[in-house]
Amino acid sequence: MDLENQKRVKEATEKYGEENVIVLIGGAEAEAAGLAAETVTAGDPTFAGPLAGVQLGLRVYHVVEPEFKEAVDPDVYDEQIGMMEMVLDVDEIIEEVKGIRDEFCKFND
Amino acid sequence: MAHAVVKGSGYVLIHTPDMILHNGTTQTTEKTINPNSDYLKNLPEHIRGFEEVVSYPPNQTYIGNITPEELKEYKMPWYDKKVEGADKVGKFGEIMPQNEFIGLMKIVDTFDLVKLEKKFTEDVKQKLGNHHFMKEDLITRLKEGEEIENIKKSVEEQGAEGLYNNGELVGCVKRAHDIDINLSAHVLFENLVVKASGVLAALNLIEKNDIDPDEVEYIIECSEEACGDMNQRGGGNFAKSIGEMAGFTNATGSDTRGFCAAPTHAMIEAAALVEAKVFKNVVVVAGGSTAKLGMNGKDHIKKGLPVLEDAVGGFALIIGENDGVNPILRTDLVGRHTVGTGSSPQAVISSLVTEPLDKGDLKITDINKYSVEMQNPDITKPAGAGDVPKANYKMIGALGVMRKELERTQLNDFIETHGMEGWAPTQGHIPSGVPYVGFAREDILNNKIKNAMIIGKGSLFLGRMTNLFDGVSIVMEKNPGKVDEEKGVSEEEIRNLVAEAMRDFASHLLKE
Repeated sequence: MDLENQKRVKEATEKYGEENVIVLIGGAEAEAAGLAAETVTAGDPTFAGPLAGVQLGLRVYHVVEPEFKEAVDPDVYDEQIGMMEMVLDVDEIIEEVKGIRDEFCKFND
Repeated sequence: MAHAVVKGSGYVLIHTPDMILHNGTTQTTEKTINPNSDYLKNLPEHIRGFEEVVSYPPNQTYIGNITPEELKEYKMPWYDKKVEGADKVGKFGEIMPQNEFIGLMKIVDTFDLVKLEKKFTEDVKQKLGNHHFMKEDLITRLKEGEEIENIKKSVEEQGAEGLYNNGELVGCVKRAHDIDINLSAHVLFENLVVKASGVLAALNLIEKNDIDPDEVEYIIECSEEACGDMNQRGGGNFAKSIGEMAGFTNATGSDTRGFCAAPTHAMIEAAALVEAKVFKNVVVVAGGSTAKLGMNGKDHIKKGLPVLEDAVGGFALIIGENDGVNPILRTDLVGRHTVGTGSSPQAVISSLVTEPLDKGDLKITDINKYSVEMQNPDITKPAGAGDVPKANYKMIGALGVMRKELERTQLNDFIETHGMEGWAPTQGHIPSGVPYVGFAREDILNNKIKNAMIIGKGSLFLGRMTNLFDGVSIVMEKNPGKVDEEKGVSEEEIRNLVAEAMRDFASHLLKE
């Protein structure tokens, strides 16, 4: 995750509290999505950015995950994400991001 | 109005192994934050030699020696594959070694900012003397060279940027101002790299297409750098500076910027200028970037690969009046991502692909080849960024499914038939749409395909001025043959119009 985005996530959690922040990922690759999820839960694995060594444990979802999909208007979802859902390796992304969430997310919900 | 045509192209790569370490931002950043890192220590072992870079299949594709179809025959990964009998000179251009390129930086420098060591100068003079087309009037600009002590002093005490070859200091780029950061040695170095690689692309364009440089009337430069001083940081004008060195004596020009999308913007502008009869021949040209060298080097080394981002790229196209032969640029089938388009991938692809097709009453499958961001997947996949061209083809195909022009089961066939493997280095604007223009021209001329869509996309957020995405597209198509413009409409059409009017009149009379 680029350094600027790490800073924005860190600032948002400081301002609103970790329990009030959800991070949504749109990355097209499972590996990159997993790295972003890891960054906002266990800390920056590359130890380069503001989240290096910071374990925020935030709720983090990829937009193709059912938890997010079911929470939004299906028409809007179809218009904004329908095509990408057809294109991406959805199962691989879900497995990767869910794995990170199960391991590092602080909130059990 | 008659459409403009693509009359020729030139594509160049420059192998710049020392510039990876000294000028690539991934490496320079690492030197600042973690100067003793394992990455920096291990890097030299992962640098490829010139021969390896020449025989690397994607590079041979870039300069036109093997076709995209032939590249596909090489099983991925490609870094351990070789094109047998590979030549540094290609059908569309060439791959230049670093020492000759450093010499070229000196040649194109008009302000005596580049200083090269005497022995090195002598050596390069000889090498460029053996170059297959470099002319003497350019080579003499190398002059005699400097004592190494003076160069060392400039680098150590006067803020000059060192020029290295095989790990040795062989020259420097001096700063042009004491406090203006826009004229610092670092900025001037990057600008001279863009200029020199742009000049090399323009020279190859002339050489490979038998072009008379005097016939070029306008130049559009479309790289990602900015030249100017503290009072006009991006004042320009790379275009004219390249034109001066390439010998476009009768041309003026200007720079077009738009991140990676700029080359396609520039193609559309050039086509429009020619079509509107403002200029007869317009050259679109761009040099490459040293900042992006080794951008994904950490991932490449982690996975035991060579650092594959070891070449600076450049290209040039000439767009001219309709000759009845070369492929036309359909300015009536232009796609554009507007301010109001939105940023979802669906909206982006619709605006660039299906909106222009709708104007021409065409289906997604009516375009034979799509040239998208043709980034080499050998570079991007190990870095976790996936196969960029394939992702684009999937999106275009998926849009076809949503529009019911394709069955979902036909998606893979669509990618196979209408897509290509990527072969261009990850140099921002260099892989964006334009790498296929040379092949598209040939494939259309040889009746292998009827048309191709060139798509350029750009991430504007990097400049922090807007979060909007950007992109444009244009269709290249087989020339239907010369259009007689003076008549405007053909005699046949006039006969039909008169007949229609008579019929109308007759039916009117009958009613009365």
